[in-house]
Amino acid sequence: MMQLAVRAEPLLDVDHLVVEYGLGNKTVHAVSGVSLQVARGETLGLVGESGCGKSTLGRAVLQLRRAKSGRVLFDGEDLTAMEGEALRKMRRRVQLIFQDPIASLNPRRRIGDIVAEPLIIAGVKDAAERKRRVHEVLSAVGLDPELVANRLPHEFSGGQCQRICIARSLVLNPEFIVCDEPVSALDVSIRAQILNLLEEMKARFGLTLLFIAHDLAVVKAVSDRVAVMYLGRLCEVGPSEQLFAKPVHPYTDLLLQAIPVPDPDVRPVEGVAVGEPPSPIAPPSGCRFRTRCPRADQRCSAEIPELREVAPGQFAACHHPLA
Amino acid sequence: MATLELSIKDDATAAPSRRKRRLGLLFWIASTWLVIILALAILAPVLPLQNPVDMDMLERRAAFSTEHWLGTDGLGRDELARLIFGARASLTVGLIAPMIGLTIGGAFGLLAGYFRGRFETLVVGSMDVLLAFPPLIFALAVTAYLGQSVPNLTLILGVLGIPAFMRVARAATLTLARREFVIAAEALGASHARILVRELLPNVILPLLAFFLLGVAVTIVVEGALSFLGLGVPPPMASWGSMIGEGRDSLDVAPRLAFLPAAGLFLTVLAFNLVGDTLRALTDPRQGAL
Amino acid sequence: MSTLLTIADVVVELPTPRGNLRAVDHVDLSLEAGRTLGIVGESGCGKTMLSRAVLQLLPKKAKLTGRVMFDGQDLARLAPESLRRLRGRDLAVVFQDPMTSLNPVLTIGTQLMETIQEHLELDASAAMARSIELLTAVGIPAPEQRLAQYPHQCSGGMRQRIAIAIALSCEPKLLIADEPTTALDVTIQAQILDLLAREQRRRHMAMIIITHDLGVVAGRADEVAVMYAGRVVERAPTQALFKRMHMPYTEALLAAIPKLDAAPHTPLPAISGRPPDPTRPLRGCSFAPRCRYAAGRCHEAKPALTSAETPGHLYACFHPIQMAAGVDA
Repeated sequence: MMQLAVRAEPLLDVDHLVVEYGLGNKTVHAVSGVSLQVARGETLGLVGESGCGKSTLGRAVLQLRRAKSGRVLFDGEDLTAMEGEALRKMRRRVQLIFQDPIASLNPRRRIGDIVAEPLIIAGVKDAAERKRRVHEVLSAVGLDPELVANRLPHEFSGGQCQRICIARSLVLNPEFIVCDEPVSALDVSIRAQILNLLEEMKARFGLTLLFIAHDLAVVKAVSDRVAVMYLGRLCEVGPSEQLFAKPVHPYTDLLLQAIPVPDPDVRPVEGVAVGEPPSPIAPPSGCRFRTRCPRADQRCSAEIPELREVAPGQFAACHHPLA
Repeated sequence: MATLELSIKDDATAAPSRRKRRLGLLFWIASTWLVIILALAILAPVLPLQNPVDMDMLERRAAFSTEHWLGTDGLGRDELARLIFGARASLTVGLIAPMIGLTIGGAFGLLAGYFRGRFETLVVGSMDVLLAFPPLIFALAVTAYLGQSVPNLTLILGVLGIPAFMRVARAATLTLARREFVIAAEALGASHARILVRELLPNVILPLLAFFLLGVAVTIVVEGALSFLGLGVPPPMASWGSMIGEGRDSLDVAPRLAFLPAAGLFLTVLAFNLVGDTLRALTDPRQGAL
Repeated sequence: MSTLLTIADVVVELPTPRGNLRAVDHVDLSLEAGRTLGIVGESGCGKTMLSRAVLQLLPKKAKLTGRVMFDGQDLARLAPESLRRLRGRDLAVVFQDPMTSLNPVLTIGTQLMETIQEHLELDASAAMARSIELLTAVGIPAPEQRLAQYPHQCSGGMRQRIAIAIALSCEPKLLIADEPTTALDVTIQAQILDLLAREQRRRHMAMIIITHDLGVVAGRADEVAVMYAGRVVERAPTQALFKRMHMPYTEALLAAIPKLDAAPHTPLPAISGRPPDPTRPLRGCSFAPRCRYAAGRCHEAKPALTSAETPGHLYACFHPIQMAAGVDA
């Protein structure tokens, strides 16, 4: 299952993407020169703390936030150069699933209409055909179309709403789905159901996923490769097993140490996680992690570390990588 | 993946069933009252009523009788006929003026809240100008220029209501436009028009309708005040407001002349609010959910 | 060790348009001074309502029966005035969302000093000194400047630290932390949990941690109570519980957490279905419809809390798990 460095033409190629937006009279440096590739059929996990720009990156891929510079190539075509109708057509091949499943469904529309909406937008005129497709995807995500189609979103639990959102994203047969923290708002038992469902749907519909989350264990459960993001930049990218077994960037190590272990014999080491990320309005010079990094020195504040291959397929941006 | 099969069955059976909500006696009394008033107002010209403007100077402030069921006013006009014709004027103004505000203000608010940017600044700015303009001067100017009539009065009150409706619509749109379902529609490739009509409008219309019912109540009262100042319905036509104003002169001898139209006004405004609240509770999808 | 808190046969019912909702169903718990109790369960299992019952902060329509004994007093019978004096001083709480639990229009200093002055009868300068001391204790840099700031000027982690400082301000005997880290990032979560543990040891206070994550309580609670559909379904000293789980729900809850040492794309042992509708209680065990061990009797009668061999270990199940349960179960 493990895919090392992407040799073939990637389905998604993000190239030096920069996204900035204004907040009052200040500029938020949300994404500062991120490059990553996702191969067809692969799941790339993207982890980081809140405010690190991972959601902004996900939205910039879909052109819901326009980039300041850099390119987003999808299947060889530059999405950042697209406008209007061409972009709308392209969006049908790329879908998005959100963190809050209840907020992502219009409270005043029936489930059947919500799931059929993408088909109407795409110009499927035949009502019977639309109904057939809606039934197909609703059954695929484990809901009974007959019982569900005429109800309103508030009649469903969070987990069921996330199933509906997944159904809506599948109805146009997309190739690529950006999952933006799809299980963060769900209970542990429901979370496992949805993760399993995503894996199943990926296999069944031949999907490629960009899976954004702040929980490393969740990301590892579904990803072939993982990218760790900190304050708008990538720290480390690599195959999941390898990255989790031998993290090279001190930030990846910090994230791994902070996860609570469900085992009372493993006493939590106190004082592993130091401080909080600085504001993306005024990010630190050089390596952005240096203010929290135990290994930081002069060089880290002067020089921006570039992503370098530290092991086959594993890249890290650090002047003082962990051995 | 045995778990998935199980969950299909579970989800299907565990889905809650829809329940009917009780409307309550008050709702029915209020809607009956509104239906009666509306029917009387619409049918006024064909009802066997006396002419509401025929004066009988010998029968001024007459008490209740078989000839004049509710007596006569200070100029000897039949009070019942004036009440019913007054309802006609008051309701025409009271319903149509907020509709103007709802349509124009609602549309501008929706567009301003969705598109933001320079358009929003322009809309909000011009509404502020409209708000800052003294309403009485505006009413005087328009009546002086176009003449005093029910359509002109409706127009004035309607235009004055636009900024308030705009603000309600814009505030609702601003919070909704950031919700995920709107971004989801955009990610699906939906056009702006489609997002506005299908995703935003059904959600924005709820607070707007609630505000509309409030607007009806306020407009009926304001129309009365304007009529009292001589800017409202042109005499000798009757409206509830002008009747209260005229009745004020004889509060000590015949208080009913002010209190009868006031009671009509009070009950109708109350009924509108009661019906409005119930309808809002009925259509709010979050009601009943825990 | 003296028993600080005793919850005896507590039932909380909420009237809803769909019928009576029994949020807490005959719960018995006790907590000794200086100890930590973890209450674990999914949303809607009644864990928050139970903590509200302890604080006597239930919704107005809710009906509470049973006894909540705190420090020798029955809280349900306490006069509102004495209750108010108790809350905030001996009985403090930290909520899940520090954004909504702090007042957005008051400075941090005002909110801290208000609590201190109300309960401790200190003058303004002493209260100020105490505020600075508290903010330092919860790890806030430059506390003097923070006092003049508003909650929105602080990050989520900072706000939670401030909420903890307010809760600790009067040296409470019991601190209830209701999902204190759910809204925070993992790195911040670790820091906040460390902070709570450190302050607890220092002040020798009792603590109730309410969470949906067994991982959060594993290294930090002395005893764990697992709740499901309003009832405590398993209760044990933490070590004993993780060594051997008797109740299939506890085991399933642990198994459903993605593990860092599992290979990618390993299907997770999910718990199928959803918790039962609390307005329509089941005749049998509430977990039976989702339980893979459920048999005839489970659907007919509710299992009572039974003692296991390990002292202090209680479980409510007709078909307890036989073998030792663990991560690999």
